[in-house]
Amino acid sequence: MKKIEAIIRPSKLDEIKEALGKFGIHGMTVTEVIGCGLQKGKKEVYRGTEYTIDLLPKIKVEIVIRDKWVDEVIRILVNTARTGEIGDGKIFVYPIENAVRIRTGESGEEAI
Amino acid sequence: MKTVKLSLLGAMLMVFSLPGIAWAADASAVDAGDTAFMIISSALVMLMTPGLALFYGGMVRRKNVLSTMMQSFIIIAIISVQWVLFGYSLAFGPDHGHIIGSLDWLGFNGVGAEPNPDYAGTIPHQIFAIFQLMFAIITPALITGSIAERMRFPAFLAFTVLWATIIYDPLAHWVWGVDGWIRNLGALDFAGGTVVHISSGVSGLIAALILGKRKGYGKEPMLPHNLPWTVLGAGLLWFGWFGFNAGSALAANGLAGTAFVVTNTSAAAAALSWVLAEWLHHGKPTLLGAASGAVAGLVAITPAAGFVTPLAAIAIGLIGGVICYLGVGVLKARLGYDDALDAFGCHGIGGTWGAIATGLFATTTVNPAGADGLFYGNPALLKAQIISIVATYLFAAIGTFVILKVVNAFTRIRATEDEELMGLDSTMHGEEAYRDFVLTGSLSKGQFKEKVAEAPSVTLNISST
Repeated sequence: MKKIEAIIRPSKLDEIKEALGKFGIHGMTVTEVIGCGLQKGKKEVYRGTEYTIDLLPKIKVEIVIRDKWVDEVIRILVNTARTGEIGDGKIFVYPIENAVRIRTGESGEEAI
Repeated sequence: MKTVKLSLLGAMLMVFSLPGIAWAADASAVDAGDTAFMIISSALVMLMTPGLALFYGGMVRRKNVLSTMMQSFIIIAIISVQWVLFGYSLAFGPDHGHIIGSLDWLGFNGVGAEPNPDYAGTIPHQIFAIFQLMFAIITPALITGSIAERMRFPAFLAFTVLWATIIYDPLAHWVWGVDGWIRNLGALDFAGGTVVHISSGVSGLIAALILGKRKGYGKEPMLPHNLPWTVLGAGLLWFGWFGFNAGSALAANGLAGTAFVVTNTSAAAAALSWVLAEWLHHGKPTLLGAASGAVAGLVAITPAAGFVTPLAAIAIGLIGGVICYLGVGVLKARLGYDDALDAFGCHGIGGTWGAIATGLFATTTVNPAGADGLFYGNPALLKAQIISIVATYLFAAIGTFVILKVVNAFTRIRATEDEELMGLDSTMHGEEAYRDFVLTGSLSKGQFKEKVAEAPSVTLNISST
């Protein structure tokens, strides 16, 4: 099993959910996060004083999938989340040791 | 038959109208329309202080929103009691040496349902006193914008009572009290440009300097945490200001109408000029700028509200918006003081401009009881205005300095670094505005055992894959 963690633009969440749903992946954890990478910050002005906001709002999508789906899911995510501009985000892949469905006690791939 | 019926009807009308006639004869001076208008105006001015709590509360960081709103809200309670006990008597009671009122009206003694013709001849004296109370409440509340996010609550309470008694009450007497020296000088302050706005703005600046900057000021961003609240607060202030300025006519008459018109006009003009100034200066028109500009325009027109034309109100507002923007956007940054929410920038500077503008634009064609300003050929009014401004600056600044030093000798005025870091909401009040999780255990040991016993058991088949 692998966990895919995708940091994406907030505006891309609906498209990604739809694309993953078509592929058969419905389970995911979504978090509002802030962060910075290559994208520069933005300028905000409050009563004439300028502030540079370095950490920008992003969405983190976490999904755990079978090993054999990894390449296809990454392809879907990249194709859906890309705008071509700086700030499109990043995808991280982690190995997962085990998973347990709390309701039934099932574990392993059965539980995801 | 018809005649009999008519006679009966006439007799009945006579009988029913007798008590009314008798009552009217007893209190002939009280005018129902004026009284209704002044009760509603007083209520409108009262609403400004909770509005101010929202205005300020939205501009601070989330860890200080409750302490900031508390400072406005508790002032309603403190000053309401102080005013009845002795505040009103000191401010408006029979004069002592043109400086202070006497203590004749302690506890509202002698302040009843009959009008006091010295102040307002057609409304009950109590209604005049309660209208003035709302001004006495919002003035110290305005100061809290300067001291936000760093003053300890016990010291704040002591400061508020002392400031209201030692600064506000005498100042109100100087400017509005019968035989007050600034009133005798001929200076005009229709609804509180010097008494309310200059005094609070200057006192706020001095308090900000004595308290010192917030920890991290200038190094880390201290951004407003909820601008929609700030805009709602500004809207309530604008709304309440109609009571503040139109009500200062003390009667439901044409002057009240004029004050209403110029108040709205100046607020609108200043909102536009502030937004335009920051658009040119920083590239974007902001909502916080529009809200701040409206407040600056309301402040600027306040002393002039009963003396100037609508066209003059546009000029006062346009200029007021720009100079207050320069005050908070340029002057504050250059001089480096931490007037957290710009009480001086908006009220001190806006009030000063308004008091000067009264000396320029006032005309007796609007209000025969007023005076002509410089633009209508009378430089004497401008001179009186400047004397009243200088006197208010000196009195508010020195008084605030002394009061804070005295309070600090008894109880520390500045929050500790830890208290500031954690926020005043939890350290001063034990409350939090926004809670994502309830992190306290709410189940007793017995209840916890019951819950565990109730839970369905499942067979675990854990295998690593």
